[in-house]
This record gives sequence, C-alpha cells and structure tokens, in this order.
Amino acid sequence: MDCDKAIHRIYGYLDGELTVWRRWAITRHLDDCPPCAQGFDFEVELRQVIATKCRDEVPPNLKRRIAEALGEPLPDEPADT
Amino acid sequence: MADQAEFAELAMPYMSALYSAALRMTRNPADAEDLVQETYLRAYRGFGGFREGTNLKAWLYKILTNTFINTYRAKKRRPEETDLDETEDFYLFRRLGGLEAANAAQTPETEVLDHIPDEVVKGALEALPEQFRMAVLLADVEGFSYKEIADIMDVPIGTVMSRLHRGRKQLQKSLWEFAGERGLRPEPAQPAGG
Repeated sequence: MDCDKAIHRIYGYLDGELTVWRRWAITRHLDDCPPCAQGFDFEVELRQVIATKCRDEVPPNLKRRIAEALGEPLPDEPADT
Repeated sequence: MADQAEFAELAMPYMSALYSAALRMTRNPADAEDLVQETYLRAYRGFGGFREGTNLKAWLYKILTNTFINTYRAKKRRPEETDLDETEDFYLFRRLGGLEAANAAQTPETEVLDHIPDEVVKGALEALPEQFRMAVLLADVEGFSYKEIADIMDVPIGTVMSRLHRGRKQLQKSLWEFAGERGLRPEPAQPAGG
C-alpha cells in the first residue's frame, strides 16, 4: 500500500470501520512510513483534543428544570428533615 | 417494555453530553437549554417504546437531533444545502510543520493542540455547516459508530462517511483560521543559517 491509499482510508481506519484485511494493510504501511505514522498519530490526538474541549457544564438551573418536569426529587439537595 | 420510573435514573447521566451537543447544534445557550429540556420530556413520554438492551445514549441523541431539526431548524425555510470544497489531507498537521524533517526538533505538533483554548475548538466546530457539524459532533465528540450516526441522522451510511470526511477536513481549516484570528498560531520555523 502507498501513502495516498493509506491516507485515503485514514478515517475508516481511525474509526475502526475497516475490514480486517484493509486495517492490516494500513498498519503495515504505517510501520514502514514514519511520516504517515506521525500524521495518523496527529489525527488521533486532534480528535481527543476536540472531544475533550467540546464539553460544557450543565447550568444548575437546567438540571432543576428537567428534574422538576420529570417529577424527580432535585439532585444534590438535602431531603427535608 | 421499559419502565418510565427508571427513566430519570438511566437518562439523567447523559445530560452533560446532551447539553454540550445542543450548544454545538443551536450555538446559543438559551436555545440549547430549551432543546435539552424538550428532549428529556419527549424521551420520558416515549420511554415505553424504548427497547431495553438497545443503546439508550443513541436513542436520546436521535430524539435530540429530531427535536433540533423539527423545532429549531424549522425556523429557517429550508435546510442548509451546503457543500464543502475538498481540503487537502493532513491540513492542520502540515500547517504546524509536520511532514517536514527540518522541523523535527520543534515543539511536537501534538503539543500545540493542547494549548488551543476550548473556545477556539468549540467555535471552529460551530462554524461548520449544519450537516457536517452534526456528523463530526456525533462521531468525534460523542464516539458514535457510522451505523449509529446513520440511524440518528436518518441518512445512509455512505452519506455519513462523506460528511465526516469533508467535515473533519473543514474543521481543521476552521481551527487554523480561528487560531490565526486569535494570534495563536505557532511561529513559523526560522530558516537555518543567515
């Protein structure tokens, strides 16, 4: 397999959506081609960064609204004594 | 059949993920809150139809996506029919000096990524046209499989793949542009000698 073919299938590879055979062919290419291997590693890292940095805290007021709407006891509030 | 009494216990832990996704979809905190609340109400009412043993998270995201499309996108007259230009492979990696042996001694490209502020990443993702943004969000932030995304978005798997392919590349471009606007791009390598 050459670089173009490996890069063409990069997302299928990183997403775990390739057949075993194609996956194996790409792994072999990456073993022999440090520039591609670095590029693939970068894409993996980028994806982790995106997943980590796209998290937002739920506003407490929204939690309360939903709990109330579902008739649930409010989370994180002490029970009446 | 699933028991409605169980609903809160099973579904509440996904609120943070659903709220983050809602923010990326609506790009507006007030709309995101309403969207998440509406999603929980619809899910609660429909929980009887949820098949136990299937993927609750994917089911909740399908309701979130449908609610978004029906409620918020309905404000626009027609869905965005945007396409994206083809972007070169390894767009960001190349911009950061990857693939160039001369830069081997520089800060590793991956380290640059850690220093990108959250707001830049969020902004870059939110800048993608809707259909690409949804696919990238579901795959890269939420970790859904192609099959699950196809089901959530109600499109064929081939469409998911092509949206992901273009959307991810465009996201790299968008990240690069956002980083540039905020003066966050790393210094270009100085030519050796002088």
